[in-house]
Amino acid sequence: MFNNLRHFIDKIKPNFVEGGKFAWLQSTFEAFETFAFTPNRVTKRGCHVRDAVDLKRAMITVVIALVPAMLFGMWNIGYQTSLHTTNWPYELGTTASWWYCLWFGFLRMLPMLAVSYIVGLGIEFTFAQIRQHEVNEGFLVTGFIIPMIVPVTTPLWQLALATAFAVIIGKEVFGGTGMNFLNPALVARAFLFFAYPTRMSGDNVWIANDLWGTDAITSATPLAELAAGIRPSASALDLFIGTIPGSTCETSVIAILLGAIILLLTGIASWRIMLSVVLGGGLIGLLFNAIGTNEYMQLPFYYHYLIGGFMFGAVFMATDPVTAAQTNIGKWIYGLLIGIFAVMLRVINPAYPEGMMLSILLMNCFAPLIDHCVVARNIKMRQKRAILQHKTTTR
Amino acid sequence: MANYKKLLIEPLRKTNPVTVLVLGICSCLAVTAQLKPALVMGASVTVVTALSNFIISLLRKGIPNRIRIIVQLVVVATLVIMIDQFLKAFAYDVSKQLSVYVGLIITNCIIMGRLEAFALSHNPRESFLDGLGNGLGYSVILFIVAFFRELLGSGTLLGYQVIPQTFYEAGYQNNGLMILPPMALIVVGVIIWIQRTRHPEMQDSNNN
Repeated sequence: MFNNLRHFIDKIKPNFVEGGKFAWLQSTFEAFETFAFTPNRVTKRGCHVRDAVDLKRAMITVVIALVPAMLFGMWNIGYQTSLHTTNWPYELGTTASWWYCLWFGFLRMLPMLAVSYIVGLGIEFTFAQIRQHEVNEGFLVTGFIIPMIVPVTTPLWQLALATAFAVIIGKEVFGGTGMNFLNPALVARAFLFFAYPTRMSGDNVWIANDLWGTDAITSATPLAELAAGIRPSASALDLFIGTIPGSTCETSVIAILLGAIILLLTGIASWRIMLSVVLGGGLIGLLFNAIGTNEYMQLPFYYHYLIGGFMFGAVFMATDPVTAAQTNIGKWIYGLLIGIFAVMLRVINPAYPEGMMLSILLMNCFAPLIDHCVVARNIKMRQKRAILQHKTTTR
Repeated sequence: MANYKKLLIEPLRKTNPVTVLVLGICSCLAVTAQLKPALVMGASVTVVTALSNFIISLLRKGIPNRIRIIVQLVVVATLVIMIDQFLKAFAYDVSKQLSVYVGLIITNCIIMGRLEAFALSHNPRESFLDGLGNGLGYSVILFIVAFFRELLGSGTLLGYQVIPQTFYEAGYQNNGLMILPPMALIVVGVIIWIQRTRHPEMQDSNNN
């Protein structure tokens, strides 16, 4: 089958190169060809280091790492509805009900995924075509993540608008993949959060009422309960497994950790960033425990990992190679500050129940500055050493 | 004659104070959430730029170089206070809405910029037209930004509901981000983007 595809692509290729009939669709053709096959181009002159894994293959690895969280999220969408609705077709706890939960969630997620990919890729292809660039593969991951971090009842037109905003204002105006300084998926979420606050927060958006509508069943998330000053009603184990209301696919810490293992084993994401985000959040959590003037501050520090999007952000968002800090010391600083700000925002500012989104976006802005300082310090140190050496040798 | 026309028209397009010189951005963020205050603000700035340009140009030969900024400030401040009193008397609601930003016209970079760059070296007639043109150029951008922000953010224009009620019943929602100041910056950015795409000669070269 792959041979046939290769054969077909080779056959139609002359139409798309310069001088061919469809030369104006060159970028589109190139995108599909390199999506299907690793490009066979070799470097012709000079000495280059080439990684066997190109950007498209790296992005697919991230998507695979996201799959456990996505599957669990689908099941959880159905599970949450089954707990609260009165007309669930199967008896709770049965195998049939379990499978129907997954199917229900799948049908809810499918249109969101479709909208995110169609809108996002449509804009990406248009821009690439106009600018005569290769199509950027970054959106494979972004398009997958956007539906995972919004409430399940988000109307599709709002999702489409947010995706368009994220791709155009968050990415294309700066020159496309690799040039953006903000994580595009988080830009989409931030857009929804500020543009349609009633659809993105509160108690009335997290659980779908029926298969197709945007109606929701009222239920507080652990974050909302905490913001109101109550200890979460779900147990730590429930929070860890993820059977709690929340954004579609970020509730389960187990599924996210599975993804983290894949990312770390393949070396796609930085372990320094993941570890430092977790450390930062834990440190400030312990500090708040020591102060402990209200229920939120007294919350055991590890709860912060279990509720909201903390782990999802730490594993999949903070580690985005484009927007994170590049130097090793920079990564530690960047990650620590993300963790610190995320928990601080949660506990201290009641207007923003979840601090992860804003803290990652904030640190995205500062990542280049951190890198600059690290590099400047390094240069200074080496200069000092060189001068010292020079002095000792000439003495 | 052609020269006068150019003085008036060019600031609306290729020497626009907001999108090309990137001046007067602060007030652009502050007063453009709705169309009405934006229009009043645009008109006020236009009057102040035109008249101050005219007056400074009349005085330009008598102003000692070392104290010219103070003289300019006195003239501008007088005009701004007059405008402020005028608005309070005849358009009290808008004056309330604009609050401190009318007084802050005095710090609007466009005015000082035109006084320094143009009025001090040109005759009163040219200076007046230049001030008028730059004020209008500023007003046009304010109008475009405020138009989109009010339409998408509140669903109204000049306070009248434009987006039909049936849309809201079908699930449409106003975009809350449009009301927030950052969106004004993004809209201005998009205007600059469109303008420079249409006029490639305005783009900065990369090899400087």
